[in-house]
Amino acid sequence: MITIFIDNKPHQVKEGQNLLQACLSLGFDLPYFCWHPAMHSVGACRQCAVKQFKDDKDTRGRIVMSCMTPVAEGLRISINDAEAKAFRSSVVEWLMLNHPHDCPVCDEGGECHLQDMTVMTGHNYRRTRFKKRTHRNQDLGPFINHEMNRCIACYRCVRFYRNYAGGRDFDVFASHDSVYFGRHEDGTLESEFSGNLIEVCPTGVFTDKTLKQHYTRKWDLQTAPSICVHCGLGCNTIPGERYGSLRRILNRYNHEVNGYFLCDRGRFGYEFVNSGRRIRKPLWCETGQKEQKPIEKESALKHISTIIADSKGIIGIGSPRASLEANFALRAFVGPENFYSGMSAQEHKLTSLIIDILQKGPARTPSLHDVETADAVLVLGEDLTNTAPLLDLALRQSVRNRPKELTEKMRIPAWDDNAVRNAAQNAAGPLSIASAAGTKLDDIATRTYHAAPDDIARLGFAVAQELNPKSPGVPNLRDETRKLAQEIAHTLKNARRPLIIAGTSLGSETIIEAAANAAWSLCESGKPAQLCFAVPECNSMGLALMKGKQLEGAVNAIQSGKADTVIVLENDLYRRADETAVDDFLHNAKHIIVLDHAVNPTSSKAEIVFPAGTFAESDGTVVSNEGRSQRFYQVLDPNHDIQESWKWIGAIIKTLGRAPAAAWDNFDEITKSMTTALPVLKPVQDIAPSADFTISGQKIPRQPHRYSGRTSMLANVNLHEPKPPADPDSPLSFSMEGYESPPPAPLISRYWSPGWNSVQALNKFQQEVGGPLTGGDPGKRLIEASGKEAASWRLNVPSGFTPKDGEWLIVPIHHIFGSEELSMLSQAIVGRAQKPFIALNSGDAERLNVSDGEMMEIALAGKKYRFGAKIKPELPVGTAGLYAGLSLFPVFGTIYAKLSKV
Amino acid sequence: MEQPLTKNIRSNAEPLSLKEYEKTGGYQSVRKALAMPPQDVQNIVKASNLRGRGGAGFSTGMKWSFVPMGPDARRPKYFVVNADEMEPGTFKDRLLLEGDPHQLIEGVIVSAYAIEAEQAFIFVRWAYKLAIKRLEQAIKEAYANNYLGKNILGTKYSLDLRIHSSAGRYICGEETALLNALEGKRATPRAKPPFPQVSGLFGKPTIVNNAETVANIPHIINNGPDWFKDLSRSNDGGTKLYGVSGRVKKPAIWELPMGVTVRELIEEHAGGMQDGYAFRGVIPGGASTDFLTSNHLDVKMDYDSVAKAGSRLGTGTMIVLDDKTCPIGFVHNLVKFFARESCGWCTPCRDGLPWLEKILRSIEEGTGQPGDIELLEQHCKLLGPGNTFCALAPGAVEPLQSAIKYFREDFERHLRDKKCPWK
Repeated sequence: MITIFIDNKPHQVKEGQNLLQACLSLGFDLPYFCWHPAMHSVGACRQCAVKQFKDDKDTRGRIVMSCMTPVAEGLRISINDAEAKAFRSSVVEWLMLNHPHDCPVCDEGGECHLQDMTVMTGHNYRRTRFKKRTHRNQDLGPFINHEMNRCIACYRCVRFYRNYAGGRDFDVFASHDSVYFGRHEDGTLESEFSGNLIEVCPTGVFTDKTLKQHYTRKWDLQTAPSICVHCGLGCNTIPGERYGSLRRILNRYNHEVNGYFLCDRGRFGYEFVNSGRRIRKPLWCETGQKEQKPIEKESALKHISTIIADSKGIIGIGSPRASLEANFALRAFVGPENFYSGMSAQEHKLTSLIIDILQKGPARTPSLHDVETADAVLVLGEDLTNTAPLLDLALRQSVRNRPKELTEKMRIPAWDDNAVRNAAQNAAGPLSIASAAGTKLDDIATRTYHAAPDDIARLGFAVAQELNPKSPGVPNLRDETRKLAQEIAHTLKNARRPLIIAGTSLGSETIIEAAANAAWSLCESGKPAQLCFAVPECNSMGLALMKGKQLEGAVNAIQSGKADTVIVLENDLYRRADETAVDDFLHNAKHIIVLDHAVNPTSSKAEIVFPAGTFAESDGTVVSNEGRSQRFYQVLDPNHDIQESWKWIGAIIKTLGRAPAAAWDNFDEITKSMTTALPVLKPVQDIAPSADFTISGQKIPRQPHRYSGRTSMLANVNLHEPKPPADPDSPLSFSMEGYESPPPAPLISRYWSPGWNSVQALNKFQQEVGGPLTGGDPGKRLIEASGKEAASWRLNVPSGFTPKDGEWLIVPIHHIFGSEELSMLSQAIVGRAQKPFIALNSGDAERLNVSDGEMMEIALAGKKYRFGAKIKPELPVGTAGLYAGLSLFPVFGTIYAKLSKV
Repeated sequence: MEQPLTKNIRSNAEPLSLKEYEKTGGYQSVRKALAMPPQDVQNIVKASNLRGRGGAGFSTGMKWSFVPMGPDARRPKYFVVNADEMEPGTFKDRLLLEGDPHQLIEGVIVSAYAIEAEQAFIFVRWAYKLAIKRLEQAIKEAYANNYLGKNILGTKYSLDLRIHSSAGRYICGEETALLNALEGKRATPRAKPPFPQVSGLFGKPTIVNNAETVANIPHIINNGPDWFKDLSRSNDGGTKLYGVSGRVKKPAIWELPMGVTVRELIEEHAGGMQDGYAFRGVIPGGASTDFLTSNHLDVKMDYDSVAKAGSRLGTGTMIVLDDKTCPIGFVHNLVKFFARESCGWCTPCRDGLPWLEKILRSIEEGTGQPGDIELLEQHCKLLGPGNTFCALAPGAVEPLQSAIKYFREDFERHLRDKKCPWK
C-alpha cells in the first residue's frame, strides 16, 4: 500500500493500479467513458481528467488523465480543482454536440452512463447552434439494436468485440467526428458475445433488441439475483420482469465466475419463460382420453393421491436442468432407491466419472476467473465456444498471460491496454486444442489437432506420459502424434499455472480420463495444475453429486413390474434416450406424472402435468461445472398455478399426509432436509442468508425505489392496490420498500447507487473496482481436490480410431444457438440457429459424391433421417459430424451409421 | 555558405545516380560509420546538437540513446524515416526526397547502424509519387552496390530498407500513429510512455526520424560535430531548409544556416511582399504554429528563439499573411484542415475542432454571435497540450489563439458588420 493525496487528504491505495481505478475504489465519483475495469485504460475520452501537483508547494499543477496516470507514493492530485472540473464538464459538452436529445425515447434512458456522467460533471446548457452530424444505422441481427447517432466514440465496443472477445466482423470506420462503429455492411453480428455490447456501450448505441419488443425502463423492472440455465458454467445473471413476463437478462458480476460478461445464449435465451408453450395450469388426461385438459390445482392433487394410493411402486426421474431442491424433493418422495438421475446413460457415466476424478484426484477445478489466469492450456475434445461459451472468453484472456510477462519486464503497466497490446502484438498462448471439428478458438491456438474422440484421448494420454512416465503409455502412437504430445507437454511443464480442459460433449469417457492423467501428471511433479470439465447443463454437476441411479434402471423397474408409476421432473426423456426406448418405457408405465414448465414430447404423454416454475419463478440452487453451488431467486410471482417443483412435490406429500419428508414448508426447510440427507451438499446451507434475514428489520426489495405504477398497474381489475405477495422463501421482497443500500453479495438484485443509474454502479458494490464483491463473491464450492492422495492413474487407453468401410462414426457438433433445449424456445435464439446438418470430411464427401448443402440420408437404429451435407475439411476421415441437441434425434455414445446421398 | 543538404540537388533534373552520388563523396559516411562501434556514431550525432527537423526539435542523439543496445536488446530493431510530409505550407522534405534520394538512404544506413537496427522503412506521403519512384530506384542501386542488404560492404552489419507509401492522412505524420499505420492498423497515436525507442514498430525498439534530420547524418559523420555546429548562426547546429509561401515575390525553399531571421527570409530570400500587398503576420513553421507579426521580424529562426517569441520553429516553412487576406478566413481554412484530419480518437480533438471550425465559418460568413470569440479563446486553452491525446489539437489551436491575440479587431469587425470585410 502507498499513500496518495487527493485534495490534500492522504489515502492508502494499492500499488500498480492507475489513478482512476484508485479513486473509484476509494469511492470518489470521477466520471469516465473509455476505461472499463475488464478492458482497462486507453486514454481516449479524456473524461477522467484531474489536476496533478508536483509537490505540496505546487499550486498550479497540470491536468492529467487519471486512467493513464500510475499511482505512486506521495502522488498529489485534486479532483475538485476548478480547472479540472471545468475541463471534465467541457468533455461532456463536446460529447453532447452531436448526441441526440432523445433520452425519452432511448432504450438506455434511466440506466445510461452518459446521462449519469453528464449530471456528474454539471454540464447542462447547450452552447452550440450548429447542426448535429447523423449516421445511418445497421441491422445487426436479432440481438442488438444499432443507433449510431448516439455514439460518443469511447471505443469500448470495438475494444470489447475485437480485442477482448476475438470478433472480426465489427470495427471502427472513418475518422474525425464521423467515426463509425459497426460492421462493414448490414448483417448479423457473428460473435457469440455480441450481447455484451449492450452493457459495454455507455449510452444507447447498442441496445437489447429482445427487450425492445416488450420494453420496460430499468426502474420499472422487478429483478432478483439469478443463475443462467443454458449451460453448465453457472454465470450469474439479473433477469428483469414486468407485468408477469420476463423482459431481459443483464450480467450479474461475480469476480470468480463470469465477471462482467455473458454469452448471447445466456443473455437472449430467457424468452422461453414467456413462451406460448408454457404450462400454466395443471393438466390432466383422463383415462381413455387422448387430450390433456387444464384442471384446478386441488383436483390435480386429488388425482395424484388416487394414483399413488393405487400404485404398485413409484419411481422418480430427476433432471440436470432442475435445481438441487427440486431433485431432492423428488428423491425424498420416491426414496433414494427409486430416484434416477434422468441423464442419458452416457452423460450419467461421464458426469459421475468427472465427480470421481475431481473429488479423489489432486487437481483442482478452476473457476472461470482461475481459467483466465492460466498460462498454458490444453483443451481435449471440447468446442468451448459452443459448449461452454464463457470458457472461450476466459481462454481468450488467458492466452495473453505469457506475452504479458514480457510487457511486465518492459515495465508497461498491465492497465495500459493499448501499450500492452502493441508491445505483445498478437502473441498468444501456449494453447493447444484437440477437437473433432475445427473450433473458433483455433485462431488463437498454438497447436490444433483434429481427430476422432479416441485419438484425442490417446493424445491426452500421451501428453500425460510425457509429463510423467509413471502414467500409462500409449501403444502404437504415430510419431507425429508423439511429437505433438511432447511439444504440448513441454508447454505445460514450463507453465506456472497449467490448465487442462475437457468435457462431456463428445460423449467420450477416455478423453475425460486422459485429461485427468495429464493434470495429475503435472500435480505429481509439483505443478498446481487445474482440471476443468465442461458439462452440458446448469445442474449436471449437482445431480451427479446426488448420485441418482442410471436411467436404464428406471426402464428395468417398469419393465419388471416393480413399479408402475413414473414421476418425471423437468425433463424431456426424448432428449435422453433413443426414441423407441422412451416410447416403450412410457408405454409400459401405468401412470406418468410430469412436472415441467413447457410442453415437450414427454409431458405430452403424461396423465398429470404440474406447471413447474422456470428459474424466473423459482428459488433454488444449482451446481456449476466448477462445483460451485449457487442460489437463484424468484424474479416474478407467477399469476398462475406455477410454482417450484419442490413446492409441488411438497404439496403432493402433504395431500398424501405422509411423513417425514413432508417436513418442508419453505425453502430453508427443504435446504436443511437436503443438506442433512446429503452431506456432500452441506455448504449449500451457507450460500446466502436465510429467509428471515433482514437489515434494520427490512427485507431486500426486488423492485427499485423508483418503481412506477404500483397503484395503477392492476387498477383495471381492482382499484384497491393489492398487498405485495409474501415471500416466505427468501430475504427478498416483492416490493419497492426495504433496505436500499448494497445488500450481502448473494442478494444483489440490481446495481444502483446515488448518481449511478447504469450498470456501472457496480463499482460501488465491489471491494475494489474490478475485484471481488464486497463481502465476497457468492457461491460455495462443493468439490475440492483431495491433495493428499496420489493420483490413481486411469488406465483405459483406447486403441486408435480406424475408419470403417461404408459406415461413419457419428461425432456430435454442438452449436451455441440450437443445441440447447430451453433457449430454442426463444425467438431471438431460433433466429440465430443453424439448420441441422451432417458434416463430412472433403474426401468422404467426394466418395459419397455429395457437395455442400446437398441432402443426405442417415440410417440409425432402423430409421432414416435426412439432413443437408456440410463439408468440414478438417474432420477426420471416417467420421461424420452431426448437429447436436436435435429433439428426437440425440446422439449417444459411440454410434456408427450408414450415410448416403439422397 | 555551405549547403550540404542541397548541394547535389539540381532543379528540374533527375537526381544523381549512385555512381554520380559516390563521385561527390556519397556513401563515405557509411564506410566511416561501419568501421566504428555504433555507440560512437551515436556520440558524434549527440555532440553535433542536431535537433529533430520534424517540428518538435528534440535532440536526435539523445533520442537514439534511449534505444536498448547490445545482445540483450529485443530484436529486430527498426529505423523509420518519417517522410509523411503533410503539414500545410510545408514542402521541404519533398525537395530532399526527390532531389537527392541517395543522401537520405545514406543517412538511413548510418542511423540504423547507430541503433543496431536490422530493418528500416521510409514512410512516405502517398501523394509524393515522384519521390517514391526516385527512392525506389535509388534503393535498388544501393542494394546492387551492397550499401543495403546482407553484410554491407563486407562488414557484419546487414540492413533491409523498404518504402511504405502512407494511406494519406495527416495524423500518419505523428510518430506513433505512423507506427500503427505501418503495422496496418488505424493511424491513431499511441500513449507515451512506453516510447517507441522501447516499444515501437511491432512492439520492438524503434527510432522514427524526420527525413531532413536523417539527411543531415552523413554530413555530421563525414565532417564532425564541430563543423556541423559551425554551420549554424545559433546554438542549434547545422543548416535548415527554410521555406516561404504566401504573397511574397519569390516563394521558395532554401538551405540556410540555422538561425537566419524572419526578415532575412522574407525580405532577402523571398524578395519581399508582392506589389500591392503588405505584410501582416506569419506562421513560421507550418500550419500548427502561432502567428508572429511585424514586431518579430528580427527573431532568429531557431528552436529557442522562435519559442521565446511565442511560437515554434516547427518545420521552418512559413506562410505569410498579407493585408488582402482575411485572417479569420485564413485560420478557418487551417482549422478546417485539422478538424478533418483528426483521427477521431480523443474527444477534445474529434469533437472540439469541428465546433471551432463551425464557429469560424459562421464568423467569416457574417453569422457570428456575441460570445463566439470568448468561446474560441476558451477552446484554445481547453485543447492545450496534455488535455488531448496527441499534439494535433494543441497545434491546431496555435494559429487560432495568436490570431485572436493579434487580429482581435478583425474578429470583432466580422461580428459587428455581420460580414467579412475582405469580401
